[in-house]
Amino acid sequence: MNEERLNLIKEKLAGFGIEFYDVNGTPGIITSPEKVVDVCKTLKDDGDISFEQCRDAVSVDRFTKQYRFEVIYNLYSLKHRDRFFVKVLIPDSKKPETPTLTGLWNSVNWYEREAYDMMGIVFTGHPDMRRIYMPEDFEHYPLRKDFPLMGIPGSLRLPKK
Amino acid sequence: MSKTVYEKLKDNDPGIPKSKILDALESQDLSVEFDDALENEMVLNMGPQHPATHGVLRLLISLDGETIKKAVPDLGYLHRGYEKLAENMSFHEFIPHTDRLDYLQPVANNIAYTLAVEKLLNLEIPERGQYLRTISAELGRIQSHLIAYGTTVMDTGGLTPFLWGMREREKILDIYDMYIGVRFTTSYSRIGGVAQDITDEALNAITKFIDEFPGYLKEMRNIIERNRVFVDRLEGIGYMSKEDVINYGITGPILRAAGVDSDLRKDSPYLVYDKVDFDVPTATESDSLARFWLRFEEMYQSVKIIRQCIEKMPKGPVNALAPKKALPKKEKIYTKMEELIYDFMLINFGQNPPVGESYGAVESSKGELGFYIISDGTGHPFRTKIHSPSFCNLQALPVMLKDAFISDSVVVIGGLDPVMGEADK
Repeated sequence: MNEERLNLIKEKLAGFGIEFYDVNGTPGIITSPEKVVDVCKTLKDDGDISFEQCRDAVSVDRFTKQYRFEVIYNLYSLKHRDRFFVKVLIPDSKKPETPTLTGLWNSVNWYEREAYDMMGIVFTGHPDMRRIYMPEDFEHYPLRKDFPLMGIPGSLRLPKK
Repeated sequence: MSKTVYEKLKDNDPGIPKSKILDALESQDLSVEFDDALENEMVLNMGPQHPATHGVLRLLISLDGETIKKAVPDLGYLHRGYEKLAENMSFHEFIPHTDRLDYLQPVANNIAYTLAVEKLLNLEIPERGQYLRTISAELGRIQSHLIAYGTTVMDTGGLTPFLWGMREREKILDIYDMYIGVRFTTSYSRIGGVAQDITDEALNAITKFIDEFPGYLKEMRNIIERNRVFVDRLEGIGYMSKEDVINYGITGPILRAAGVDSDLRKDSPYLVYDKVDFDVPTATESDSLARFWLRFEEMYQSVKIIRQCIEKMPKGPVNALAPKKALPKKEKIYTKMEELIYDFMLINFGQNPPVGESYGAVESSKGELGFYIISDGTGHPFRTKIHSPSFCNLQALPVMLKDAFISDSVVVIGGLDPVMGEADK
């Protein structure tokens, strides 16, 4: 992404008061659950910015008391051929919740289901908040740092002999 | 997450509407009458063990007669938790695991992963190593597209093209045997370079292959191009509008078949794609037939790239000389003290990259394949997220299958070309 375009994005997002960060040369922003929908709406719908695609959502468990969970959306602009990251820091570590972005990009549907399945982050307003990989009756969130690598014995019910 | 669907049904949870069939199953009265069998919607379970789903994809299809009213994909039958495994091993140890993601072309996975790690380590690899990676990646693309070609035709009833595709693919696997050392799970791209330099024998084999391959491609095209059964089965099937394709986050040949010339090799060139000349084929029909021929065109472009790479490839080292980041050569470990120490440190404690995040992506045969790696400064990645194209592309399946016939579902899945090892991670 060139300097000019990054400055334009900074200008357009100036009203939200958010912080920028860098992923090895690719810019990104750090935002909160309250602002993320409005910020992403600007990023997607503004004609000069136009990130038409959301290609991925990365969920992170920092294993700290506060701001334990993060979701990083991976946006791509087909018009300008560049990438942008939107990082959402979720303050509540006991009951992580953030609004869904399915209203903006349909693709987010499965990414958020995956984040819910793996990390237990609940996306409020999501039309289909089910697990995607693990069975429906599985009670744990396997990618959380407190889930052991070997798994929890007995957590997956096996057929009786 | 306390009750299962079945338990909710048993408890008469009003949240789930019960259908007539479920009512009938629960009641003791066996004389249930339906108004008309043909007026009822039928739920069909397709997969996970179904040859046309190319793996263990399960589809729940709601049918009205032969028309699909709704399709719900169900994933996770090949979920092995690679993201969890990656957090518990060093960066180097995870490379063989990436082979098992998209097992039809393991090379692209190795490259995507090592690119992400190298970005994190701030490591430049020598030019010859980059050329070798590019050649292997393009061979991998041909390898994967040949499977897509063969299985799509086989799904519509033709077996000969499948065998022809496999015959050519076998030649690539033989080349890999000489070039990389193994036929299938390659682990070719390593942190800081490639596993080994190419031999003259392998180089000659590749040259021979790319000289002959366009002729075989022509044969493969001729056998199928004007076959009426094949064209009728694919034309206009699995249509998805350009807006939908973009909004569903789809990448790769499916996006390009909808008229968007998005290709990471051109958009943000990695390896040596900015030094070779090639085209990005596009189509506008956005149906299964367009996707099929687009993959075909890409194989010609891959041949073109490989030929240029062989011509332009410079002599020199293939691995970066970075003692604390890349593993040294085996001969040196056995004969030199310094290298032995570096090898010991890297194997036991890992690379220890600086704290930060990195994203490395390549254009694999299915679309954008990326790895998002977060490092906390230790020898293990703090988090590795695999962005797999098959997973993202499968999300479009319900849209493509809406109001299609049940027999079209096979063709649409073939057009998407998913690999479940990658979609389920």
